[in-house]
Amino acid sequence: MENKCAIKMENITKRFGSVVANNAINMELREGEILSLLGENGSGKTTLMNMLSGIYFPDEGQIYIHDKPVTIASPKDAFDLGIGMIHQHFKLVDLFTATENIILGLEGKLDLNNARKKVQEICDRYGFDIDPDMKIYDMSVSQKQTVEIVKVLYRGADILILDEPTAVLTPQETEKLFAVMRNMKADGKSLIIITHKLHEVLEVSDRVAVLRKGEYIGDVMTKDADQQSLTDMMVGHSVTLNIDRPMPVNVTPRLKLEGLTVFDELGVKRLDNVSFTINAGEVLGVAGVAGSGQRELLESIAGLYPITSGSVTFYPPEGDTPQEMAGKDPMDIRRAGIAMSFVPEDRLGMGLVGSMGMTGNMMLRSWRKGKGVFLNRKDPEALAQRIWQELEVVTPSTNFPVRRMSGGNVQKVLVGREIAQQPSVLMTAYAVRGLDINTSYTIYNLLTEQKMKGVAVVYVGEDLDVLLELCDRIVVLCGGQVSGVVDARTTNKLEVGALMTRVGGGAAENA
Amino acid sequence: MFDFVSFFPRAVMQGIPLLFGSTGEILTEKSGNLNLGIPGIMYVGGISGVIGSFFYEQATKGSAMNGFLAVMIPILCSLLGSLLMGLLYCFLTVTLRANQNVTGLAMTTFGVGVGNFFGGSLIKLTGSEVPSIALSNTSLFFKVGLPGGNAGWFGQLFLSYGFLAYVAIIIALGASYFLNHTRPGLHLRAVGESASTADAAGINVTKYKYLATCIGSMIAGLGGLYYVMDYANGVWSNNAFGDRGWLAIALVIFTIWRPNVSILASILFGGLYIINIYLPTPGGQMAVKELYKMLPYVITLLVLIVVSLRKKREDQPPAFLGLSYFREER
Repeated sequence: MENKCAIKMENITKRFGSVVANNAINMELREGEILSLLGENGSGKTTLMNMLSGIYFPDEGQIYIHDKPVTIASPKDAFDLGIGMIHQHFKLVDLFTATENIILGLEGKLDLNNARKKVQEICDRYGFDIDPDMKIYDMSVSQKQTVEIVKVLYRGADILILDEPTAVLTPQETEKLFAVMRNMKADGKSLIIITHKLHEVLEVSDRVAVLRKGEYIGDVMTKDADQQSLTDMMVGHSVTLNIDRPMPVNVTPRLKLEGLTVFDELGVKRLDNVSFTINAGEVLGVAGVAGSGQRELLESIAGLYPITSGSVTFYPPEGDTPQEMAGKDPMDIRRAGIAMSFVPEDRLGMGLVGSMGMTGNMMLRSWRKGKGVFLNRKDPEALAQRIWQELEVVTPSTNFPVRRMSGGNVQKVLVGREIAQQPSVLMTAYAVRGLDINTSYTIYNLLTEQKMKGVAVVYVGEDLDVLLELCDRIVVLCGGQVSGVVDARTTNKLEVGALMTRVGGGAAENA
Repeated sequence: MFDFVSFFPRAVMQGIPLLFGSTGEILTEKSGNLNLGIPGIMYVGGISGVIGSFFYEQATKGSAMNGFLAVMIPILCSLLGSLLMGLLYCFLTVTLRANQNVTGLAMTTFGVGVGNFFGGSLIKLTGSEVPSIALSNTSLFFKVGLPGGNAGWFGQLFLSYGFLAYVAIIIALGASYFLNHTRPGLHLRAVGESASTADAAGINVTKYKYLATCIGSMIAGLGGLYYVMDYANGVWSNNAFGDRGWLAIALVIFTIWRPNVSILASILFGGLYIINIYLPTPGGQMAVKELYKMLPYVITLLVLIVVSLRKKREDQPPAFLGLSYFREER
């Protein structure tokens, strides 16, 4: 009994510059099924779906909707074909009611009473629980998501694409969403859910399609799959990268984390009783699916994130008495004589000032050093010149706004500056994201160089191949907890992949 | 003794230019454009009407004027003048995405300059002794009120105004209905609240911003025309319009972006503007009268404070006010 295809994608390729985001993908969604699109961050899931919703246009390939070849050039085309996508970032007017948001952009005479009735009908039919007259600013995240889904249904969509819908939901809300999804399926709708959470895939979908690094790996019926087989498909086999990795020397503890627990502003637990040691002379990798607490971990060590409980103890290289860092802000940490460098994930947001040149950005680290109210411009200028030469930054001058440099050069400026502080702890988050191969290797070598100088290097990464070849040890995070610490030389991709999704490690709930 | 029957009509006549200005500015701001050029636009609206009627009066010298033309020519000229100002503002802020505050302030300076330049030129042309142009014949047509305007206190209070005053009230009521009860009104508010959301919903943000700002400017321009033709009896003299444009913008905040509230509020502002004539001057100190003139601004500040303290979301300015929108910017 072969079902008809709601969507069929043939040889879809999408490139961004020289980066191939999707390479010759063949995929189909059958009518009346829930398909999970599984893959790690950067595997091209969202790009692929954006071509269905009209945000991107494929470079090559053909899309069929209900077996008819179509061209989707804009979100409106997608609407007209009955495709509705629920994005991770909601597009709602806070000041409007649910109903007003749902009918926004439609044509015809404004009849709010009628619209309200229709919204209520849709809610009753699928089991949504929202008040059509409630203002968006009074709603919880899950209610806002519901409004987005109702909006799509109101426009008559019969194919729904949900982009990581559970990332913002609590477990109870997730359950509710899944129940609604099953109702929609029973009503004949076809659904695609993008996710990287395996237990959700197994729970809600009929079939799983896996993407890895822009390639379509294959699909399996959910009833024939388990977490282990899906992990294998998702992470794939090891690739040899030949990153130079000398054996660490003089390994001594530098930072000790004990029972670190943090909550975000919504009161959700982001780190749960995290304990491990960061050693000097070692590159410590941090692995985990996106949002497992990597950002919170680095920021709470750097003094940027409020720590609820637990301790971060610093062991100075000179063998002085250990110092407690928890509860200190970055200024306190610096005053205490702890040389810490942090290369954040958001380079131009947290790391550098985009409209300033290299010199100005160097000054962000040294502005306190001038005499009185006057700045010392000489030293930062010299440092900028040095980084420009040594790291081969491509820029017309040291005063050229860094915002207008390419991603790789921006990262060189940032890493160069942080290393120049002669840190005893160097933390990097996704240091090679968006960089080409050559620049990536430059960054790897810089980190290894620091390690051999006796710096404690922390490398948060998403590419397991790199983690396995660059790092000495790897801490695996899952849902804000440490699910394992492994030796990078002896472990393999499958073991780390399993720890990331907590196979055999007990219930892995997102926090 | 306070004479309400003589005070109220004067307050209304002071208030009508403000009502035109604030209705126009509310429509504009609902699209997310903070048009601080309103004083200049009202000024241009006034002088454009004056230019039109000046040449019509010149052309019909001696013979009788056609009432319809005497009214329509100034109105069309006024609308055209303020439309051009609105288009210029939109081109700068929407198409070129220039800073709205800077553009608006420049438009005000520019508009007042344009008005004074042409005003001065016309005064030269008439060769009159006094620095003003009197278009009394045209003014008579603008001052045609409703029947019964002289009959008793009721007629004086409600029926005695020139037709533009009633137009202002109808436009304000219409704008209120448009914003709250029609689909384009909903879309316009969405553009001002969150242009990116409106864009994603398939609303043409640029079109809405242009239309709202240009129509808003034309409405505001009529305020300038009313001021010259009705309130000032057709007498234009440079800078006589004063700070009414700024009062109109203050009125937008005072009414928390509601054109229907503006009808009463403009009369209140008009009354405060002239109340110094009706209040006693303590100790014969004329300087005290200047203090009374501050009243509209003082109560606007008070409203701002109260509204800010209450933090009610519906009473806040449109969330995208003052921001230019560019789809590919993140």
